[in-house]
Amino acid sequence: MSTAAAVSIKAASERMKRVFEERVESAKIMNLFITAGFPRKEDTVELILGYEKNGADIIELGMPFSDPLADGPTIQYSSEKSIEAGFVMDDIFDIVAQVRKRSQIPIVLMGYINPVIHYGLEKFFAKGQEAGIDGLILPDVPVEESGLIQQASQSHNIPLIYLVAPNSTDERMKLVDQRSGGFVYCVSVTGVTGARKGDEVDESVKRFIERINKNITNNPVLIGFGIASHTDAMRISEKADGFVVGSALINNIRSLDGDAEWKEKHFRFVRELKFGSA
Amino acid sequence: MSTLEKSPETDNLTYNFPNSSGYFGKFGGKFVPEILIPALDELEREYKVAKDDEQFKKERLHHLREYVGRPTPLTLTERLTEHYGTGKIYFKREDLCHTGAHKINNTIGQVLLAMRMGKKRIIAETGAGQHGVATATVCAKFGLECIVYMGEEDMRRQKLNVDRMRLLGADVRSVTSGSRTLKDATNEAIRDWVTNVDDTFYIIGSVVGPHPYPMMVRDFHDVIGLETEAQCLEIEGRDPDYILACVGGGSNAIGIFHRFIDKKHVKLIGLEAAGEGAETNKTAATFSKGQPGVLHGSLSYLLQTHQGQIALAHSISAGLDYPGVGPEHSHLFDTKRVDYRPVTDTEAMDAVKRCSMLEGIIPAIETAHAIAWLETLMPTLTKDDIVVINCSGRGDKDMGTISEYFYGTNGQS
Ligand SMILES: Cc1ncc(COP(=O)(O)O)c(C=O)c1O
Repeated sequence: MSTAAAVSIKAASERMKRVFEERVESAKIMNLFITAGFPRKEDTVELILGYEKNGADIIELGMPFSDPLADGPTIQYSSEKSIEAGFVMDDIFDIVAQVRKRSQIPIVLMGYINPVIHYGLEKFFAKGQEAGIDGLILPDVPVEESGLIQQASQSHNIPLIYLVAPNSTDERMKLVDQRSGGFVYCVSVTGVTGARKGDEVDESVKRFIERINKNITNNPVLIGFGIASHTDAMRISEKADGFVVGSALINNIRSLDGDAEWKEKHFRFVRELKFGSA
Repeated sequence: MSTLEKSPETDNLTYNFPNSSGYFGKFGGKFVPEILIPALDELEREYKVAKDDEQFKKERLHHLREYVGRPTPLTLTERLTEHYGTGKIYFKREDLCHTGAHKINNTIGQVLLAMRMGKKRIIAETGAGQHGVATATVCAKFGLECIVYMGEEDMRRQKLNVDRMRLLGADVRSVTSGSRTLKDATNEAIRDWVTNVDDTFYIIGSVVGPHPYPMMVRDFHDVIGLETEAQCLEIEGRDPDYILACVGGGSNAIGIFHRFIDKKHVKLIGLEAAGEGAETNKTAATFSKGQPGVLHGSLSYLLQTHQGQIALAHSISAGLDYPGVGPEHSHLFDTKRVDYRPVTDTEAMDAVKRCSMLEGIIPAIETAHAIAWLETLMPTLTKDDIVVINCSGRGDKDMGTISEYFYGTNGQS
């Protein structure tokens, strides 16, 4: 156990470690998901910096994929828009490099394995390291298939972040904990990503969190899927280190379509997610 | 009946894929969200036990015989044979299976497994609608809830099958994302499964998806090759020289090939849909144009863009209109055990007509891709060569497309 812990802590980047070390018990870490190139390519850097200013602690940058089968219609929509507008993988590294000139917020990439394989594993991890990436989440690569990427991940110091679900066994949670670096991503309800109503995320979550806290001891725990408001976030992450919001952000951007002040309004929404409405 | 009762595990095959991690050489695996891992583990465990359970075997064979109508004949196609004047051409008549295609061999197997596992809600994806019909059929027979995901575009071209499924009591859900075809229907079915994993059994329609599906679906279709071997021995006193089958995901092909993989004297040819040409962008020719990649849970050849996005496939035949292919076929391609060749829309439609006029068999457009290869193969053969084509399905479902193609819109000539 202690060696696994050592590996995992070493695997997390300085940027990532700092976020969790500096956390005070009452404050929850807020990880915000954004699809690269949505709503437009030129918005992404500004959104990331704005999220940081308005309370985000970690950014999860989505690499658009044509067939995102672990995601719901919201993230699929944003991915399609980005691909239609000409998204290429190199844009990811450009975005991160630009953010790094002005910010040290941890950035983890989230996407599907096929475009990564196609780009070239070695090249992908090398570029990611150079740009300053802090982790990689591939929802279609469970631990048993990680052999493909393990080596590149280690040699370029970009830890993999795995997911656990309510139906994961205790044994499996321990395995995921050993293999993950940075944090472990807990999917709070069985299902694809997408904002849900409050009570849907409630009861099933409690026992799950208890098991998480028992089994995941090397890494901090972030909990996600279905969080749409500050109230959701607080209730769900009560016994976790923090929470992840994705689809609700995209829905908010879509609802502000055509509004000249959409960015300010969107950042206000972000602030409220973290701190509640004033 | 003896051919039916011969089961794969009494075989003396040295070919022994997949391995315990679900790999056929470099291909296969379980590239799925964490939520599905327990479900796949459970499925694998249950299948392993069921496969060797006498009661399960007996039940499956009973339904294959009494409900599906197996064994299907191995028919000598006399006028087609005469037409080419070289070799002897046999059709393995999967078109005579109940519901009109090989697909039901698999759905019988999977639905019996679902019931054993206590799952009452069945989901499926469908392209041509044949797998959807075969799933809706067994769900009606055994009284299970059935939801079929189908691309909007496929619902248009296979309207007859949509109505068949509805008549059988299935809830056919139109999929409007992406290319609105089989790939997108499969995404949607997987999302449903992720959301309802506790009570839902996903009946996949081909030898695709995460382990153990490619292996399990193959095993349920193995009966095609076992029967073919015994029937050819009985009629001709020996094995065929060539076996031809169309390849979409590859279930009918692996069903007839698997038994013969170790028999190197039998040449195996898989015909993939070239659409408007394997060199064009309107194609579904995975081996001619694809590269290894991950879609729908397994690593296999895949049509993709220069950015690794999944490319849109094109084929006049809805059942072959898929950018991927089963991982076992990728292995058989890389090891060169099976020869995969592209066949265009035009060549397939010509074969539909030729087969209908010469044999009185209207084949499915999918099947016609295999029949079309006779044009290339037969001139190279000698009189004694024996060719078996897996006649995977009948063409009734395609009459809309066929009418439009040969006689103008709506069949008004
Ligand atoms: C008659 C027929 N043949 C072949 C196929 C292609 O599937 P597979 O390659 O899995 O046999 C289909 C699919 O719908 C079909 O209906």
